[in-house]
Amino acid sequence: MTLPFYLSQPFAWHALLAATLIAIICGVIGTFVITRGMAFAVHGTSELAFTGAAAGLLIASNPIAGAFGGAIVVATVLGILGVKERERDTTIGVILAFGLGIGVLLLGYYHGFATQATNILFGNIFGVSNGQLFVLLGVGLLVLLAISVIYRPLLFASVDPEVASARGVPVKLLSIVFLYILALTVTAAAQIVGTLLVLSLAITPAAAAIRLATKPRSVVLLSVLFALLASVGGIILSLASNTLKPSVCVTTISFGLYVFARLYGKKTPTRTPKIL
Amino acid sequence: MTQTEHNTILLEHAHLSRDARVLWNDLNLAVKAGEFIAVLGPNGSGKTSLLKVLLGLLPLSDGMLSILGAPVNKGNKHIGYIPQQKGFDADIPIRGRDLVQLGITGYRYGFSKASPLTEHRIDEAIETVGATLYANMPLGLLSGGEQQRLRVAQALVGKPDILLCDEPLLSLDIASQQTVTKLIDEYRQKQHASVIFVTHEVNPVLQYVDRILYLANGRWVIDTPDVVLQSKTLSGLYGTEIEVLKVKNRVLVLGAEDVEINHTGHHGAPA
Repeated sequence: MTLPFYLSQPFAWHALLAATLIAIICGVIGTFVITRGMAFAVHGTSELAFTGAAAGLLIASNPIAGAFGGAIVVATVLGILGVKERERDTTIGVILAFGLGIGVLLLGYYHGFATQATNILFGNIFGVSNGQLFVLLGVGLLVLLAISVIYRPLLFASVDPEVASARGVPVKLLSIVFLYILALTVTAAAQIVGTLLVLSLAITPAAAAIRLATKPRSVVLLSVLFALLASVGGIILSLASNTLKPSVCVTTISFGLYVFARLYGKKTPTRTPKIL
Repeated sequence: MTQTEHNTILLEHAHLSRDARVLWNDLNLAVKAGEFIAVLGPNGSGKTSLLKVLLGLLPLSDGMLSILGAPVNKGNKHIGYIPQQKGFDADIPIRGRDLVQLGITGYRYGFSKASPLTEHRIDEAIETVGATLYANMPLGLLSGGEQQRLRVAQALVGKPDILLCDEPLLSLDIASQQTVTKLIDEYRQKQHASVIFVTHEVNPVLQYVDRILYLANGRWVIDTPDVVLQSKTLSGLYGTEIEVLKVKNRVLVLGAEDVEINHTGHHGAPA
Protein backbone atom coordinates (compact mmCIF):
# COMPACT_ATOMS: atom_id res chain seq x y z
CA MET A 1 0.00 0.00 0.00
CA THR A 2 1.27 3.42 -0.82
CA LEU A 3 0.80 6.85 0.70
CA PRO A 4 -1.46 8.13 -2.13
CA PHE A 5 -3.69 5.11 -1.59
CA TYR A 6 -3.96 5.77 2.14
CA LEU A 7 -4.64 9.46 1.58
CA SER A 8 -7.65 8.50 -0.53
CA GLN A 9 -9.17 6.66 2.43
CA PRO A 10 -11.56 8.37 4.84
CA PHE A 11 -9.84 6.87 7.92
CA ALA A 12 -6.66 8.74 7.06
CA TRP A 13 -8.53 12.01 6.67
CA HIS A 14 -10.29 11.50 9.96
CA ALA A 15 -6.95 10.93 11.61
CA LEU A 16 -5.39 14.00 10.01
CA LEU A 17 -8.33 16.19 10.93
CA ALA A 18 -8.22 15.07 14.55
CA ALA A 19 -4.45 15.46 14.63
CA THR A 20 -4.67 19.02 13.32
CA LEU A 21 -7.11 20.18 15.96
CA ILE A 22 -5.30 18.37 18.75
CA ALA A 23 -1.98 19.87 17.66
CA ILE A 24 -3.43 23.36 17.77
CA ILE A 25 -4.70 23.04 21.31
CA CYS A 26 -1.56 21.23 22.48
CA GLY A 27 0.63 23.96 21.01
CA VAL A 28 -1.29 26.67 22.84
CA ILE A 29 -1.63 24.81 26.13
CA GLY A 30 2.03 23.74 26.11
CA THR A 31 3.32 27.27 26.62
CA PHE A 32 1.15 27.61 29.71
CA VAL A 33 2.20 24.17 30.96
CA ILE A 34 5.84 25.27 30.86
CA THR A 35 5.23 28.72 32.32
CA ARG A 36 3.24 27.19 35.17
CA GLY A 37 5.72 24.35 35.70
CA MET A 38 3.06 21.70 35.19
CA ALA A 39 4.88 19.02 33.18
CA PHE A 40 4.26 16.46 35.88
CA ALA A 41 0.59 17.40 36.04
CA VAL A 42 0.34 16.60 32.33
CA HIS A 43 1.95 13.23 32.86
CA GLY A 44 -0.16 12.48 35.93
CA THR A 45 -3.40 13.48 34.28
CA SER A 46 -2.71 11.35 31.25
CA GLU A 47 -1.73 8.30 33.32
CA LEU A 48 -5.04 8.59 35.09
CA ALA A 49 -6.83 9.07 31.82
CA PHE A 50 -5.44 5.59 31.17
CA THR A 51 -7.23 4.31 34.26
CA GLY A 52 -10.40 5.99 33.06
CA ALA A 53 -9.93 4.49 29.61
CA ALA A 54 -9.50 1.03 31.11
CA ALA A 55 -12.71 1.50 33.07
CA GLY A 56 -14.50 2.81 29.99
CA LEU A 57 -13.29 -0.16 27.97
CA LEU A 58 -14.44 -2.64 30.58
CA ILE A 59 -17.81 -1.09 31.33
CA ALA A 60 -18.97 0.28 27.99
CA SER A 61 -16.31 -0.65 25.42
CA ASN A 62 -15.69 3.08 25.12
CA PRO A 63 -12.13 3.95 26.19
CA ILE A 64 -12.29 7.54 24.98
CA ALA A 65 -15.31 8.46 27.09
CA GLY A 66 -13.68 6.69 30.01
CA ALA A 67 -10.43 8.59 29.50
CA PHE A 68 -12.23 11.95 29.49
CA GLY A 69 -14.10 10.91 32.61
CA GLY A 70 -10.88 9.88 34.34
CA ALA A 71 -9.10 13.10 33.45
CA ILE A 72 -11.99 15.22 34.71
CA VAL A 73 -11.97 13.33 38.02
CA VAL A 74 -8.22 13.95 38.37
CA ALA A 75 -8.55 17.66 37.60
CA THR A 76 -11.27 17.92 40.24
CA VAL A 77 -9.22 16.05 42.84
CA LEU A 78 -6.13 18.20 42.13
CA GLY A 79 -8.25 21.32 42.34
CA ILE A 80 -9.63 20.27 45.72
CA LEU A 81 -6.37 18.99 47.19
CA GLY A 82 -4.46 22.13 46.36
CA VAL A 83 -2.73 23.50 43.36
CA LYS A 84 0.37 25.01 44.90
CA GLU A 85 3.38 23.98 42.89
CA ARG A 86 5.33 22.07 45.52
CA GLU A 87 2.43 20.19 47.08
CA ARG A 88 0.90 19.63 43.69
CA ASP A 89 3.69 17.41 42.38
CA THR A 90 3.59 15.30 45.53
CA THR A 91 -0.19 15.01 45.34
CA ILE A 92 -0.02 14.02 41.69
CA GLY A 93 2.61 11.38 42.42
CA VAL A 94 0.45 9.85 45.14
CA ILE A 95 -2.74 9.82 43.05
CA LEU A 96 -0.91 8.66 39.92
CA ALA A 97 0.59 5.61 41.59
CA PHE A 98 -2.72 4.52 43.09
CA GLY A 99 -4.72 5.30 39.95
CA LEU A 100 -2.39 3.35 37.69
CA GLY A 101 -2.72 0.38 40.02
CA ILE A 102 -6.48 0.49 39.60
CA GLY A 103 -6.01 0.75 35.83
CA VAL A 104 -3.94 -2.41 35.82
CA LEU A 105 -6.56 -4.13 37.95
CA LEU A 106 -9.34 -3.10 35.55
CA LEU A 107 -7.42 -4.27 32.51
CA GLY A 108 -7.00 -7.62 34.21
CA TYR A 109 -10.77 -8.07 34.02
CA TYR A 110 -10.90 -7.13 30.37
CA HIS A 111 -11.03 -10.08 28.02
CA GLY A 112 -11.51 -8.35 24.67
CA PHE A 113 -8.84 -7.57 22.14
CA ALA A 114 -5.50 -7.02 23.80
CA THR A 115 -4.62 -4.32 21.26
CA GLN A 116 -7.41 -2.18 22.70
CA ALA A 117 -5.42 -1.93 25.92
CA THR A 118 -2.09 -1.11 24.28
CA ASN A 119 -3.86 1.43 22.08
CA ILE A 120 -4.72 3.38 25.20
CA LEU A 121 -1.08 3.46 26.27
CA PHE A 122 0.50 4.10 22.87
CA GLY A 123 -2.30 5.61 20.85
CA ASN A 124 -4.11 4.56 17.72
CA ILE A 125 -5.41 7.52 15.83
CA PHE A 126 -6.35 5.30 12.88
CA GLY A 127 -8.89 3.57 15.05
CA VAL A 128 -10.85 6.76 15.66
CA SER A 129 -14.45 6.23 14.64
CA ASN A 130 -16.65 8.98 13.22
CA GLY A 131 -18.51 9.32 16.49
CA GLN A 132 -15.28 9.62 18.46
CA LEU A 133 -13.97 12.12 15.96
CA PHE A 134 -16.95 14.35 16.67
CA VAL A 135 -16.23 14.06 20.38
CA LEU A 136 -12.60 15.07 19.80
CA LEU A 137 -13.65 17.98 17.58
CA GLY A 138 -16.13 19.18 20.19
CA VAL A 139 -13.59 18.96 23.02
CA GLY A 140 -10.95 20.68 20.90
CA LEU A 141 -13.22 23.58 20.04
CA LEU A 142 -14.34 23.92 23.66
CA VAL A 143 -10.73 24.12 24.84
CA LEU A 144 -9.86 26.62 22.13
CA LEU A 145 -12.83 28.79 23.05
CA ALA A 146 -12.04 28.66 26.78
CA ILE A 147 -8.39 29.56 26.19
CA SER A 148 -9.22 32.45 23.91
CA VAL A 149 -11.51 33.91 26.56
CA ILE A 150 -9.10 33.62 29.49
CA TYR A 151 -5.83 33.97 27.56
CA ARG A 152 -4.62 37.29 29.00
CA PRO A 153 -5.64 36.84 32.64
CA LEU A 154 -4.24 33.29 32.49
CA LEU A 155 -0.94 34.59 31.12
CA PHE A 156 -0.85 37.26 33.85
CA ALA A 157 -1.64 34.70 36.55
CA SER A 158 0.93 32.26 35.14
CA VAL A 159 3.91 34.61 34.85
CA ASP A 160 3.20 36.88 37.79
CA PRO A 161 0.64 35.40 40.20
CA GLU A 162 1.29 37.85 43.04
CA VAL A 163 0.76 41.01 41.02
CA ALA A 164 -2.07 39.42 39.05
CA SER A 165 -3.93 38.71 42.26
CA ALA A 166 -3.20 42.23 43.53
CA ARG A 167 -4.74 43.55 40.32
CA GLY A 168 -7.91 41.56 40.89
CA VAL A 169 -7.26 38.60 38.57
CA PRO A 170 -8.95 35.49 40.06
CA VAL A 171 -5.70 33.51 40.19
CA LYS A 172 -7.06 30.49 42.09
CA LEU A 173 -10.14 30.14 39.94
CA LEU A 174 -8.05 30.37 36.78
CA SER A 175 -5.71 27.64 37.95
CA ILE A 176 -8.68 25.33 38.52
CA VAL A 177 -10.14 26.18 35.10
CA PHE A 178 -6.73 25.51 33.59
CA LEU A 179 -6.61 22.08 35.25
CA TYR A 180 -9.81 21.15 33.38
CA ILE A 181 -8.53 22.60 30.11
CA LEU A 182 -5.36 20.59 30.62
CA ALA A 183 -7.26 17.41 31.41
CA LEU A 184 -9.32 17.69 28.22
CA THR A 185 -6.30 18.54 26.07
CA VAL A 186 -4.18 15.74 27.46
CA THR A 187 -6.90 13.17 26.92
CA ALA A 188 -7.45 14.33 23.36
CA ALA A 189 -3.71 14.18 22.67
CA ALA A 190 -3.59 10.67 24.12
CA GLN A 191 -5.77 9.51 21.23
CA ILE A 192 -2.86 10.17 18.88
CA VAL A 193 0.24 9.27 20.86
CA GLY A 194 -1.25 7.37 23.76
CA THR A 195 -1.33 8.26 27.44
CA LEU A 196 2.34 7.40 27.95
CA LEU A 197 3.62 9.74 25.23
CA VAL A 198 1.36 12.75 25.70
CA LEU A 199 4.24 14.98 26.76
CA SER A 200 5.63 14.80 23.23
CA LEU A 201 2.71 16.97 22.10
CA ALA A 202 1.83 18.82 25.29
CA ILE A 203 5.33 20.00 26.22
CA THR A 204 8.01 19.37 23.60
CA PRO A 205 6.73 21.71 20.83
CA ALA A 206 6.26 24.56 23.32
CA ALA A 207 9.67 23.92 24.89
CA ALA A 208 11.25 24.15 21.44
CA ALA A 209 9.27 27.29 20.55
CA ILE A 210 10.30 29.12 23.72
CA ARG A 211 13.94 28.68 22.69
CA LEU A 212 13.37 30.16 19.25
CA ALA A 213 10.93 33.05 19.78
CA THR A 214 10.56 35.85 22.31
CA LYS A 215 7.21 37.55 21.66
CA PRO A 216 4.41 35.69 23.47
CA ARG A 217 2.35 35.52 20.29
CA SER A 218 5.28 34.19 18.23
CA VAL A 219 5.98 31.57 20.90
CA VAL A 220 2.38 30.32 20.76
CA LEU A 221 2.27 30.32 16.95
CA LEU A 222 5.60 28.51 16.65
CA SER A 223 4.54 26.02 19.30
CA VAL A 224 1.35 25.29 17.33
CA LEU A 225 3.38 24.96 14.12
CA PHE A 226 5.76 22.47 15.76
CA ALA A 227 2.88 20.47 17.21
CA LEU A 228 1.30 20.36 13.74
CA LEU A 229 4.55 19.24 12.14
CA ALA A 230 4.89 16.50 14.73
CA SER A 231 1.32 15.19 14.73
CA VAL A 232 0.26 15.62 11.11
CA GLY A 233 3.79 14.92 9.85
CA GLY A 234 4.06 11.89 12.09
CA ILE A 235 0.81 10.42 10.79
CA ILE A 236 1.81 10.94 7.15
CA LEU A 237 5.23 9.47 7.83
CA SER A 238 3.62 6.48 9.47
CA LEU A 239 1.34 5.94 6.46
CA ALA A 240 4.24 6.32 4.05
CA SER A 241 6.43 3.89 5.94
CA ASN A 242 3.64 1.30 6.10
CA THR A 243 5.19 -0.21 9.22
CA LEU A 244 6.01 2.50 11.77
CA LYS A 245 3.39 3.28 14.41
CA PRO A 246 2.13 6.88 14.29
CA SER A 247 3.10 7.55 17.90
CA VAL A 248 6.70 6.59 17.14
CA CYS A 249 6.82 9.04 14.23
CA VAL A 250 5.11 11.82 16.22
CA THR A 251 7.46 11.57 19.20
CA THR A 252 10.51 11.38 16.92
CA ILE A 253 9.61 14.48 14.90
CA SER A 254 8.71 16.34 18.07
CA PHE A 255 12.02 15.43 19.70
CA GLY A 256 13.92 16.32 16.53
CA LEU A 257 12.38 19.81 16.57
CA TYR A 258 13.40 20.22 20.18
CA VAL A 259 16.99 19.18 19.45
CA PHE A 260 17.03 21.69 16.60
CA ALA A 261 15.81 24.42 18.94
CA ARG A 262 18.43 23.53 21.53
CA LEU A 263 21.14 23.75 18.90
CA TYR A 264 20.03 26.91 17.15
CA GLY A 265 17.93 28.67 19.76
CA LYS A 266 18.94 31.47 22.12
CA LYS A 267 21.36 29.34 24.08
CA THR A 268 23.44 32.24 25.22
CA PRO A 269 21.45 35.43 25.65
CA THR A 270 22.59 38.07 23.22
CA ARG A 271 22.50 41.03 25.52
CA THR A 272 22.51 44.60 24.45
CA PRO A 273 25.64 46.07 26.00
CA LYS A 274 24.81 48.37 28.87
CA ILE A 275 27.41 50.94 27.92
CA LEU A 276 26.44 52.96 24.93
CA MET B 1 -17.15 63.92 54.41
CA THR B 2 -14.84 66.64 53.11
CA GLN B 3 -12.04 64.84 54.86
CA THR B 4 -12.75 61.68 52.86
CA GLU B 5 -12.51 63.57 49.62
CA HIS B 6 -9.05 64.83 50.38
CA ASN B 7 -7.72 61.52 51.52
CA THR B 8 -6.74 58.80 49.08
CA ILE B 9 -6.80 56.19 51.82
CA LEU B 10 -8.83 56.44 54.99
CA LEU B 11 -8.73 53.77 57.69
CA GLU B 12 -10.83 54.35 60.81
CA HIS B 13 -10.72 52.18 63.92
CA ALA B 14 -9.39 49.41 61.73
CA HIS B 15 -8.76 46.09 63.38
CA LEU B 16 -7.09 43.05 61.86
CA SER B 17 -6.68 39.63 63.44
CA ARG B 18 -5.32 36.55 61.77
CA ASP B 19 -5.32 33.12 63.36
CA ALA B 20 -6.50 34.55 66.68
CA ARG B 21 -3.53 36.96 66.71
CA VAL B 22 -4.10 40.69 66.71
CA LEU B 23 -1.97 42.32 64.02
CA TRP B 24 -3.14 45.83 64.63
CA ASN B 25 -5.93 47.37 66.60
CA ASP B 26 -7.85 50.62 66.30
CA LEU B 27 -5.64 51.79 63.43
CA ASN B 28 -6.44 55.25 62.14
CA LEU B 29 -4.70 56.30 58.98
CA ALA B 30 -5.54 59.12 56.62
CA VAL B 31 -3.25 59.32 53.61
CA LYS B 32 -3.24 62.43 51.46
CA ALA B 33 -2.62 62.65 47.75
CA GLY B 34 1.08 63.03 47.05
CA GLU B 35 2.09 61.66 50.42
CA PHE B 36 4.92 59.13 50.83
CA ILE B 37 4.37 56.80 53.75
CA ALA B 38 6.86 54.16 54.81
CA VAL B 39 5.48 51.20 56.75
CA LEU B 40 8.00 49.67 59.13
CA GLY B 41 7.90 47.00 61.79
CA PRO B 42 9.20 43.55 62.64
CA ASN B 43 8.26 40.41 60.69
CA GLY B 44 4.69 39.37 61.35
CA SER B 45 3.57 42.80 62.47
CA GLY B 46 1.03 43.00 59.64
CA LYS B 47 2.80 45.20 57.10
CA THR B 48 2.01 43.04 54.10
CA SER B 49 -1.45 42.31 55.49
CA LEU B 50 -2.10 46.05 55.49
CA LEU B 51 -1.39 46.14 51.75
CA LYS B 52 -3.66 43.13 51.24
CA VAL B 53 -6.43 44.95 53.06
CA LEU B 54 -5.94 48.01 50.85
CA LEU B 55 -6.00 45.78 47.76
CA GLY B 56 -9.27 44.22 48.90
CA LEU B 57 -7.69 40.77 49.19
CA LEU B 58 -8.16 40.59 52.95
CA PRO B 59 -11.20 41.89 54.84
CA LEU B 60 -10.80 44.03 57.94
CA SER B 61 -11.85 42.26 61.13
CA ASP B 62 -13.45 45.50 62.19
CA GLY B 63 -13.44 49.19 61.30
CA MET B 64 -13.87 51.24 58.15
CA LEU B 65 -11.78 51.64 55.03
CA SER B 66 -12.32 53.85 52.03
CA ILE B 67 -10.10 54.16 48.98
CA LEU B 68 -10.43 57.38 46.96
CA GLY B 69 -13.72 58.05 48.69
CA ALA B 70 -15.25 54.69 47.82
CA PRO B 71 -15.46 51.31 49.55
CA VAL B 72 -12.51 49.01 48.90
CA ASN B 73 -12.82 46.73 45.89
CA LYS B 74 -10.63 44.04 44.36
CA GLY B 75 -8.77 44.97 41.18
CA ASN B 76 -9.14 48.72 41.69
CA LYS B 77 -7.52 50.27 38.61
CA HIS B 78 -6.49 53.35 40.59
CA ILE B 79 -4.05 51.26 42.63
CA GLY B 80 -0.63 50.21 41.38
CA TYR B 81 1.29 47.43 43.08
CA ILE B 82 5.01 46.66 43.17
CA PRO B 83 6.03 43.38 44.82
CA GLN B 84 9.38 42.05 45.99
CA GLN B 85 11.90 41.30 43.33
CA LYS B 86 11.82 37.52 43.03
CA GLY B 87 13.40 36.77 39.68
CA PHE B 88 11.56 35.26 36.75
CA ASP B 89 12.42 31.82 35.38
CA ALA B 90 14.74 31.89 32.38
CA ASP B 91 12.20 30.09 30.17
CA ILE B 92 9.31 32.45 30.84
CA PRO B 93 7.83 33.15 27.39
CA ILE B 94 7.41 36.93 27.66
CA ARG B 95 9.54 40.03 27.14
CA GLY B 96 9.98 42.94 29.49
CA ARG B 97 7.53 44.92 27.41
CA ASP B 98 4.88 42.22 27.79
CA LEU B 99 5.19 42.40 31.56
CA VAL B 100 4.43 46.11 31.39
CA GLN B 101 1.54 45.50 29.00
CA LEU B 102 -0.01 43.03 31.45
CA GLY B 103 -0.36 46.01 33.80
CA ILE B 104 -3.01 47.38 31.43
CA THR B 105 -4.49 44.40 29.62
CA GLY B 106 -3.68 41.53 32.01
CA TYR B 107 -7.11 41.42 33.59
CA ARG B 108 -9.10 41.71 30.36
CA TYR B 109 -10.89 38.66 28.99
CA GLY B 110 -11.13 37.77 25.34
CA PHE B 111 -8.93 39.18 22.61
CA SER B 112 -8.35 42.68 21.36
CA LYS B 113 -5.43 44.31 19.68
CA ALA B 114 -3.59 46.83 21.81
CA SER B 115 -4.67 50.30 20.73
CA PRO B 116 -2.08 52.87 19.63
CA LEU B 117 -2.84 54.75 22.85
CA THR B 118 -2.07 51.64 24.92
CA GLU B 119 1.14 51.08 22.96
CA HIS B 120 2.09 54.70 23.56
CA ARG B 121 1.47 54.43 27.29
CA ILE B 122 3.58 51.27 27.45
CA ASP B 123 6.43 52.99 25.59
CA GLU B 124 6.13 55.96 27.90
CA ALA B 125 6.21 53.85 31.08
CA ILE B 126 9.24 51.90 29.81
CA GLU B 127 11.01 55.13 28.96
CA THR B 128 10.19 56.61 32.38
CA VAL B 129 12.02 53.79 34.14
CA GLY B 130 14.87 53.85 31.63
CA ALA B 131 14.26 50.30 30.36
CA THR B 132 13.93 51.06 26.65
CA LEU B 133 17.19 49.32 25.78
CA TYR B 134 16.22 45.92 27.10
CA ALA B 135 12.41 46.02 27.10
CA ASN B 136 12.21 43.74 24.07
CA MET B 137 14.48 41.07 25.51
CA PRO B 138 13.16 37.89 27.15
CA LEU B 139 12.24 38.84 30.72
CA GLY B 140 13.96 35.79 32.21
CA LEU B 141 17.34 36.89 30.87
CA LEU B 142 17.33 40.30 32.57
CA SER B 143 19.06 41.13 35.84
CA GLY B 144 17.12 41.56 39.08
CA GLY B 145 17.46 45.34 38.92
CA GLU B 146 16.26 45.46 35.32
CA GLN B 147 13.29 43.22 36.11
CA GLN B 148 12.36 45.42 39.04
CA ARG B 149 12.45 48.58 36.91
CA LEU B 150 10.02 46.88 34.55
CA ARG B 151 7.81 45.98 37.51
CA VAL B 152 7.77 49.66 38.42
CA ALA B 153 6.79 50.47 34.83
CA GLN B 154 4.06 47.82 35.04
CA ALA B 155 2.66 49.47 38.17
CA LEU B 156 2.88 52.99 36.73
CA VAL B 157 1.49 52.30 33.27
CA GLY B 158 -2.10 52.48 34.50
CA LYS B 159 -1.41 55.94 36.05
CA PRO B 160 -2.57 54.92 39.53
CA ASP B 161 -3.45 57.42 42.25
CA ILE B 162 -2.14 55.07 44.90
CA LEU B 163 1.06 53.07 44.68
CA LEU B 164 1.45 50.13 47.06
CA CYS B 165 4.98 48.76 47.36
CA ASP B 166 5.74 45.55 49.24
CA GLU B 167 9.48 45.41 50.00
CA PRO B 168 10.34 46.39 46.43
CA LEU B 169 14.02 46.83 47.27
CA LEU B 170 14.59 43.39 48.74
CA SER B 171 17.45 41.48 47.08
CA LEU B 172 18.43 44.46 44.93
CA ASP B 173 21.92 45.93 44.97
CA ILE B 174 22.37 49.40 46.47
CA ALA B 175 22.46 51.17 43.10
CA SER B 176 19.23 49.51 41.96
CA GLN B 177 17.62 50.26 45.34
CA GLN B 178 18.34 53.94 44.82
CA THR B 179 17.09 53.91 41.23
CA VAL B 180 13.84 52.12 42.05
CA THR B 181 13.14 54.37 45.03
CA LYS B 182 13.85 57.48 42.98
CA LEU B 183 11.56 56.31 40.16
CA ILE B 184 8.73 55.75 42.62
CA ASP B 185 9.25 59.16 44.16
CA GLU B 186 9.40 60.91 40.77
CA TYR B 187 6.11 59.33 39.81
CA ARG B 188 4.57 60.41 43.13
CA GLN B 189 5.57 64.01 42.52
CA LYS B 190 4.49 64.07 38.89
CA GLN B 191 1.09 62.45 39.42
CA HIS B 192 0.53 63.66 42.98
CA ALA B 193 0.04 60.02 43.92
CA SER B 194 0.08 58.48 47.39
CA VAL B 195 2.82 55.95 48.05
CA ILE B 196 2.60 53.27 50.73
CA PHE B 197 6.02 51.71 50.96
CA VAL B 198 6.45 48.61 53.09
CA THR B 199 10.09 48.06 53.94
CA HIS B 200 12.34 46.69 56.63
CA GLU B 201 15.04 49.20 55.79
CA VAL B 202 14.13 52.82 56.28
CA ASN B 203 17.40 54.32 55.09
CA PRO B 204 16.98 53.94 51.31
CA VAL B 205 13.64 55.80 51.47
CA LEU B 206 14.31 58.17 54.36
CA GLN B 207 14.91 61.25 52.22
CA TYR B 208 11.53 60.88 50.47
CA VAL B 209 9.33 59.88 53.38
CA ASP B 210 6.66 62.24 54.73
CA ARG B 211 5.42 60.00 57.50
CA ILE B 212 6.29 56.61 58.95
CA LEU B 213 3.70 54.06 60.08
CA TYR B 214 5.47 51.80 62.55
CA LEU B 215 3.70 48.56 63.48
CA ALA B 216 4.81 46.36 66.38
CA ASN B 217 3.18 44.07 68.93
CA GLY B 218 -0.35 44.85 67.77
CA ARG B 219 0.33 48.54 68.38
CA TRP B 220 1.16 51.27 65.93
CA VAL B 221 2.40 54.81 65.67
CA ILE B 222 2.32 57.20 62.76
CA ASP B 223 4.19 60.46 62.51
CA THR B 224 7.06 62.19 60.75
CA PRO B 225 10.38 60.31 60.67
CA ASP B 226 11.87 62.68 63.25
CA VAL B 227 9.20 61.79 65.77
CA VAL B 228 8.85 58.08 65.05
CA LEU B 229 12.54 57.28 64.81
CA GLN B 230 13.30 58.19 68.39
CA SER B 231 14.34 55.95 71.22
CA LYS B 232 11.40 57.12 73.30
CA THR B 233 8.74 56.52 70.63
CA LEU B 234 9.94 53.08 69.65
CA SER B 235 10.58 52.00 73.24
CA GLY B 236 6.96 52.83 73.98
CA LEU B 237 5.80 50.91 70.93
CA TYR B 238 7.83 47.77 71.56
CA GLY B 239 7.37 47.96 75.33
CA THR B 240 11.08 47.40 75.76
CA GLU B 241 14.16 49.54 75.57
CA ILE B 242 15.00 50.55 72.02
CA GLU B 243 17.91 52.68 71.03
CA VAL B 244 17.76 54.81 67.89
CA LEU B 245 21.10 56.06 66.64
CA LYS B 246 21.63 58.62 63.93
CA VAL B 247 24.93 58.20 62.16
CA LYS B 248 25.47 60.79 59.47
CA ASN B 249 22.23 60.56 57.50
CA ARG B 250 21.50 57.00 58.46
CA VAL B 251 19.23 55.67 61.16
CA LEU B 252 20.03 52.58 63.21
CA VAL B 253 17.45 50.97 65.47
CA LEU B 254 18.94 48.79 68.19
CA GLY B 255 17.38 46.63 70.86
CA ALA B 256 14.23 45.18 69.38
CA GLU B 257 14.35 41.39 69.48
CA ASP B 258 14.06 41.06 65.76
CA VAL B 259 15.41 44.39 64.73
CA GLU B 260 14.74 44.69 61.08
CA ILE B 261 15.49 48.17 59.95
CA ASN B 262 19.07 48.67 60.94
CA HIS B 263 21.19 46.20 59.11
CA THR B 264 22.24 47.99 55.99
CA GLY B 265 25.88 48.83 56.29
CA HIS B 266 27.40 51.45 54.07
CA HIS B 267 28.87 48.84 51.80
CA GLY B 268 26.91 45.80 52.83
CA ALA B 269 24.55 44.07 50.45
CA PRO B 270 21.02 43.73 51.76
CA ALA B 271 19.86 40.35 52.94
